[in-house]
Amino acid sequence: MESLMNWLQAQLADNSIFTLQTLSYYGDGLVTTVQLVFLSLIIGLVLAVPLAIGRGSKHAWIRLPIFFYCYVFRGTPLLVQLYLIYYGVVFVEGIQDTWLWVILEKPFVPALIAFTLNTGAYTTEIFRGAIKSTPKGEIEAARAYGMSRALMLRRIVLPSAFRRALPAYGNEVIFMLHASAIASVVTIMDLTGAARFVYARFYAPFDAFLFVAAIYLCLTFTIIYFFRHLEKRLLAHLKPASG
Amino acid sequence: MKKHLAFTFLSAAIIAGTAHARDDGSVRIAIDVPYEPFVVRAPDGELEGFEIDLGNELCHRADLECTWVEQGWDGIIPGLLARKYDAIISSMGVTPERERQVLFSIPYYNTPSVWITRRDRDIDIDDRDSLEGLSVGVQRGTIRDDYVTQQYRDVLDIRRYSSSQEVANDLMTGRLDLSFEDYPLADETFDFTSDDSEFKQIGDSIKEPTSIFGKGAAIAFHKRDGELAEKFNEALREVYADGTFDELMHEYFDYDLSLPIAIEQ
Repeated sequence: MESLMNWLQAQLADNSIFTLQTLSYYGDGLVTTVQLVFLSLIIGLVLAVPLAIGRGSKHAWIRLPIFFYCYVFRGTPLLVQLYLIYYGVVFVEGIQDTWLWVILEKPFVPALIAFTLNTGAYTTEIFRGAIKSTPKGEIEAARAYGMSRALMLRRIVLPSAFRRALPAYGNEVIFMLHASAIASVVTIMDLTGAARFVYARFYAPFDAFLFVAAIYLCLTFTIIYFFRHLEKRLLAHLKPASG
Repeated sequence: MKKHLAFTFLSAAIIAGTAHARDDGSVRIAIDVPYEPFVVRAPDGELEGFEIDLGNELCHRADLECTWVEQGWDGIIPGLLARKYDAIISSMGVTPERERQVLFSIPYYNTPSVWITRRDRDIDIDDRDSLEGLSVGVQRGTIRDDYVTQQYRDVLDIRRYSSSQEVANDLMTGRLDLSFEDYPLADETFDFTSDDSEFKQIGDSIKEPTSIFGKGAAIAFHKRDGELAEKFNEALREVYADGTFDELMHEYFDYDLSLPIAIEQ
């Protein structure tokens, strides 16, 4: 570890912008970005599964609110949603005196809420489409076996829907990573926040943003690799049979 | 040979000419107009402002005949180097890059930075331990950002914004405990000096260390005009010593931008 630090220090000796100090900003930014994106994706996913099922409900009182939620969050820019939540919560009367303020005071949670609700809406739509396109034959077969609605959902509809939704969901994950770049407008020091700081500090926009672009590329590559691996495993039955 | 001789005469004439401008005690001073309240053009066409008054006072003390030359900021140093004028009194901050090109007088002012908080808050900025866990808003990449990052990163939660308006907003709603801002800018966005303002200043105004805040604004001269610079330095020390500087300053500003320490050195 120490020799690695020494090596790094030697590499950076002639560099006035990328010192250990600024690299640590990028490092902290990487951690924040990954935390923010990962958490919002997980919570958004948990939220989206029941919502996607409810979206196809017979009852209008279940279906319509979910439709409205998806419509609002897919119909407005994420930046606007972030502003509304970050600046909006302070207008709730007396919120500064409750325990909620302890978490809402810092910019992280408002951003997490905005990102979660946004990705939740998109993921709901992705799953709804996948559920809707379940082959009729599979459902009929399940019914013929006398499965209840819940059992059919659990054993037949959802597993096959998840598989079909996988490529589209992989895209959503990458979009979410890139969308998280706006977190720095509410003072979060994420990757883009670190780049903006280095830019403002050294007046070197090209270096600062080129470096951060490379980090985003690496992250995206990891996500692509992960989803490709997942698709290979889960969608193996769709591959043409090899002779 | 003849050509060479002509050239010598010509250069001699030019040197004599410039020397002449100095000998009769006339000095041309460049200034970038307007920069309120340092310099503005009054409705009657005359230049007025803090730096005009200060410059005239210095010339009076140094027994020099001064004329003001209006010059845009971009060409202000090239103009000095080309001898279009003899000095620049235009709120020019001393930087190493400029020091390579021009000769600076002792710095005569620097705008301070201030700690701002909400009027109903009670924070002691000098008691470092009590600051633990508080948040401070600064504009990203400014010298104020540098200062809090260098001096307070272990106790304060530093949040960086794009504008001072956003800082005011979050300070207002209680998201921030503190802000550290340039005095004139803070006066504009926080309006903290008026009695019915939501904000107030805490602690002293800050201009040190010069490694962060800069040495301040100084008069710039041509590198070879050491004698002229010395005359102005002398005059600056005088106006600081007898209180004339303070008098002029209070005419235009309700805060202290003097640099007594720099003057004494």
